[in-house]
Amino acid sequence: MYTWIWRHLPGGTPGKTLLSLVLVLAVCALLLFVVFPWIEPSLPFSDVTVDQ
Amino acid sequence: MSAETDTARWERRPEVPPPAPGSTSRGRHRRAGDIGRTVVRGIGQTLVTLGLVVLLFVVYEVWVTDLLTAQRQGELSDELQGGWDDPTVGDPGGTPAPIDVALGEPFAVLHIPRLGEDWSRVVVEGTGGEQLAQGPGHYVGTAMPGEQGNVALAGHRVGRGSPFLDLDRMRPGDPIVVETADWWFVYRVLGDLATGDLDADPSGIPGMQIVRPSEVDVIAPTPDGAADAAATGAYLTLTTCHPKYSARQRLIVHAVLEGGPVSRAQSPDGPDALREG
Repeated sequence: MYTWIWRHLPGGTPGKTLLSLVLVLAVCALLLFVVFPWIEPSLPFSDVTVDQ
Repeated sequence: MSAETDTARWERRPEVPPPAPGSTSRGRHRRAGDIGRTVVRGIGQTLVTLGLVVLLFVVYEVWVTDLLTAQRQGELSDELQGGWDDPTVGDPGGTPAPIDVALGEPFAVLHIPRLGEDWSRVVVEGTGGEQLAQGPGHYVGTAMPGEQGNVALAGHRVGRGSPFLDLDRMRPGDPIVVETADWWFVYRVLGDLATGDLDADPSGIPGMQIVRPSEVDVIAPTPDGAADAAATGAYLTLTTCHPKYSARQRLIVHAVLEGGPVSRAQSPDGPDALREG
C-alpha cells in the first residue's frame, strides 16, 4: 500500500517526501478532528457519571 | 535502505525472465511465493497502520481534548464574567435567589485549592457528553449551590482538561468553593478532621467512596439516602471515573456546606477558604 502510494506521488525524492508529509498530516488531522470526535461517544472511556 | 531502491526493485519485477522449460514447477512455486509475500506485507502494513491509529487516539484522548476544553473553558469564563459584571447586578439582598439555568449554560465557577493553587473550572448545566466536554457538569434536577439537598457535579478524570484527575487526593475538611453570580459558597469535604479518616464523619456519610456506576444513591438529596426523601443538609457531591483511564467504577467525594453564603459584592476575592493551604 505504502509502496503504491510512493510510486504514484509525482516529483523526485524531495518532492515525494514533502508530499508524503503533507498526506500524513492530512490523515492525522482528519482522524483527530473528525473521526475521533465522531466515534468517541460510542466508546466507554469517558463515562464519569452515575447512571440516572 | 531508501524507498528509491524499493521502487527500483518493484519496477524490475516484470522483467523477470519467463521460466525456462523444465522448470515450470519451480516458477509456479516462485509466483505463489510472490503472492504470499504481497499478502503478508499487506496484512503487516495494515496492522502497523491500525496500531498507529490507536496510538493517535490515545494522544487525542489525553492531550488534544485538553486543548479543546481549555479553549471552551476560556470562552465560558468570559461569558459568565461578562454577565456577572453587569452593573444592574448590585449588592444582592439577604438570601440567594434560586438559580434557573438552561441545559448547557454555564452558571458557576468551582474552586478546589487541593487540586492546585488557582484551580478553577466553569460548571455547566447537564452531564451529557456535550456538556462534560466543556467542563464539570451539574446533574439536572439536583440542588443548586447553597440550597438544601445535594449539589451533584460530574467531571472527567483523564482528558478534556482532566478536571478531576487528582480527586483521590482530597482530605477531610478540604474546601470546595462554588462561586455564583452574587455569592460564594464554601463546602468542606466530610470525614474526621482529627484523624484524617474520610469514612469517619459523624453524619455517617463518607467524605470519599468508590462505587459501581449504577449506584445513583450518591447523588440523592442526602448522599446514600433515598432519592425521594427530604435532605438532611446542604451537600455537594463530585463524581468522576475510577480508576484513572478506566470507567469501571466511580470515585465520589461528598462535602457539606459550611456557614452561610459570602456576598461577592463584599468579598470580591472570595472567602478565606480559597487561600488555605
